[in-house]
Amino acid sequence: MQIMTQISAFFVPVFIAAIVVFGLAKKVPVYEAFIRGAKQGLDTVVRILPYVIGFVFAIRIFTASGCFDYLAAALSPILKPAGIPPEILPLALIRPFSGSAAIGMLTTMLERYGPDSFIGRAASTLMGSTETLFYTTALYYGSVGIKKTRYTIPAALVSELSGLLASVAVCRLFFG
Amino acid sequence: MINYIWAFLIVIGTVAGAFTGHMQAVGDAAVEGAKEAGLLCVSLIGAYALWLGVLNVAKEAGLIETLARRMRGVVRRLFPGVPPDSEANGLITLNIVANMLGMGNAATPFGLQAMKALQALGKDRDEASDAMCMLIIINASSVQLLPLTVIALRSAAGSAAPAEIVLTALISTTVTTTVGIVAGKVWQRFSRCR
Repeated sequence: MQIMTQISAFFVPVFIAAIVVFGLAKKVPVYEAFIRGAKQGLDTVVRILPYVIGFVFAIRIFTASGCFDYLAAALSPILKPAGIPPEILPLALIRPFSGSAAIGMLTTMLERYGPDSFIGRAASTLMGSTETLFYTTALYYGSVGIKKTRYTIPAALVSELSGLLASVAVCRLFFG
Repeated sequence: MINYIWAFLIVIGTVAGAFTGHMQAVGDAAVEGAKEAGLLCVSLIGAYALWLGVLNVAKEAGLIETLARRMRGVVRRLFPGVPPDSEANGLITLNIVANMLGMGNAATPFGLQAMKALQALGKDRDEASDAMCMLIIINASSVQLLPLTVIALRSAAGSAAPAEIVLTALISTTVTTTVGIVAGKVWQRFSRCR
């Protein structure tokens, strides 16, 4: 744990420094090159701003309504026979929508069931193996003006579902 | 599809809020959510400027091209229709590497630049290309090697072994990424047949 945190502390500074050193080696005016790139920062954020606001507020309405609890309750009789504990469902449902809401949900679950319980471990594994989907889709496509998303969402949802099944299965295997 | 999902979130959220008696919270969430999203964007300006600056140093040093050439074999399999000399190859690689290392802050601006490069290749300005679909599917499936946020949360909750989920998460995330790629490829073939 300690070692991993220390190693990961190297990623960002080493990543930046390595690129700067490479630039110097290639005789690039590194500072000026940086400034030219950094100028796009504001433009990029301005371009994505309406998409971020549009999706974040809609997701917040959805999560604040408490309908995840109902959805989880409605789905649990289907998933229980498959060996998936219903307690983990709210996290699996919220994960594609919002990263921060999922972090909040995981925190609550770790407190309620304990981080070293089966549910705590499976929930942690699930959290570490999937990402937010709808926000990413809106942001990436919005930024370049794509309107038809084709199979992006269904394929990614299949992947999120596989994350739920895999997390529970792998944790059963490793932790019993 | 985005139109329906967006409308679904708002309509279902409002109806469910009425049933659960959370209407006040739902209204507050809308206003607060918009405010927070605005503040989030302001706070992103710095990070985006930093990473786009670093990216441009890499670009002017020819690193993106080198990366694109090196990773051409892998990228071509996953992202059909991207010419081998396209800058998109390098940008996609950087986006995935930043995701693997858990540098979410950097991954998004790299990913947005990759989308821009992919859009410049396409003929259809409205419709996502296969490569764009795949980029988002991979981003949504998480390729992060060390789930540091989760480890920190477990540690805060008093876990005896906060990092014991590293291996299970790695296995599970390999599954989600593989399933996502396969599902994308199957859909790709299916949509071409029609």
